[in-house]
Amino acid sequence: MGEFLTTGAPEMMQNAGLMNDQLGIVYALLGVALATLLAGIGSAIGVGMGGRAAAGVLTEKPELFAKVLILQLLPGTQGIYGLLVAFVALGKIGVLGGEAPDAKTGLLYLAACLPIAFVGLMSAIHQGKTSVASIGLLAKNPKTFGKAMLLPAMVETYAILALLVSILTVSNL
Amino acid sequence: MIMKKDYIFEDARIRILETGLLTRADFEQLLAEPSYASALAYLTDKGWGGPDAPKNAEALLEAEEKATWDLMEELLPGSHLLDTLRLSRDYQNLKAAVKQIYTGSQLDAARLFAEGGTIPPAEIRRAVEEQDLEKLPEAMAEAAAQAIEVLARTGDGQLCDNILDKAALAALLQAGEDAEDPVLKDYAVITAVSADIRSALRAARSGRDGETIRDMLVEVPGLDLSSLTEAALNDRQKVADYLNLTPYASLAPALSRSMSAFECACDDLMIERIRPQLYESEKPGPLAAYVIARENEITCVRLLLSGKQNGLPEDVLRESLRNSYV
Repeated sequence: MGEFLTTGAPEMMQNAGLMNDQLGIVYALLGVALATLLAGIGSAIGVGMGGRAAAGVLTEKPELFAKVLILQLLPGTQGIYGLLVAFVALGKIGVLGGEAPDAKTGLLYLAACLPIAFVGLMSAIHQGKTSVASIGLLAKNPKTFGKAMLLPAMVETYAILALLVSILTVSNL
Repeated sequence: MIMKKDYIFEDARIRILETGLLTRADFEQLLAEPSYASALAYLTDKGWGGPDAPKNAEALLEAEEKATWDLMEELLPGSHLLDTLRLSRDYQNLKAAVKQIYTGSQLDAARLFAEGGTIPPAEIRRAVEEQDLEKLPEAMAEAAAQAIEVLARTGDGQLCDNILDKAALAALLQAGEDAEDPVLKDYAVITAVSADIRSALRAARSGRDGETIRDMLVEVPGLDLSSLTEAALNDRQKVADYLNLTPYASLAPALSRSMSAFECACDDLMIERIRPQLYESEKPGPLAAYVIARENEITCVRLLLSGKQNGLPEDVLRESLRNSYV
């Protein structure tokens, strides 16, 4: 026991310190992955829904291509926001630049990435649904394009709020 | 991962096609056309019948009906989603087959049988002719066996019709109940209510007794068949009074006026029920609603054209005008 205390304990403490350092980057990368994955998945679902509605309209009215394309692409921004937050974080945690964070800072990076991850996911899906409805509106009356575009754009507000929180936090850690 | 089928593409395409449906103003314009030929020209100008539009009403309407179902086949290949809307044709064909084979009718098969059911007419005819009814769905086979037996025993074509009509409505209600979308359930229920009331009044007029009338009717949610039979044995107004006590009270004033007004009100009620589908974008409802709207439109145009052809006055024709879906 005494021998363990004199020889084993410092080694264990050293290992714990090493693990603490490694846990920091693991937490931070988890945040980066969530921001990219969830916001990206949301955008893929939203743009996919918009694409299916756009294809339905274009089968009958190909001349509406430019207008429906814009509506289809609106839910794509959340994926870009997630990527942006991920890049900023990668630039600070020792992957593209900066230093590897300790466990506590790593957890803070993870927490900072969560707003855009979850709000990105949900807002992109709902923006996709609104885009589909707007494409239906456009199909009925192409003159309503301005109004039709404004409706899904409203959903974007919340993705932008989440982006602001995530990016400000990550930048200031 | 199994993803639930959405109908985003199909509904978006339907949104565009809905803009081509006839509006109430179009019906009014058709009504105002001075002749049958000019009414037909109005429809062809609207794109009815396509580039090589047939020159007679029946062919034109048939082409439009076929175009609707061809579109559904293109949008929903191999799907049974809209079978509820096609069932009545199967039973119509079964009725035609039974009568043609067991009464030796010489009527032209092309006029008797209708395309667009869930089973090819030739298959139904063959099953009846070879008495191989097991080839048909169970409910249909049972009804066919009963109708054939009654026809052979009594020779009463009307009785045979009653059995098959009742079976058709029961099958329709069951299909509506099992359907994926509530639009189809509404369609089945309103169709059955309309058919029950018309059958009860027709049977009462031809002197059938209460038990026979009650037996002809099919159970529909919200209708008490004994009360309906009793009212029908009195007169149409009594049926309208009874309707006022049911969930279908909105049909009562039209029934008080006339049978054609009642039929029109049933179609209008259906259109009212399906109208929310104009704002759905992921469900199968807009597809079913589009087919129902097209059928309603074709019925209305058929009545108007035949009225024009027979020189009926405008106020008589106006009674047949249905509300438009769009």
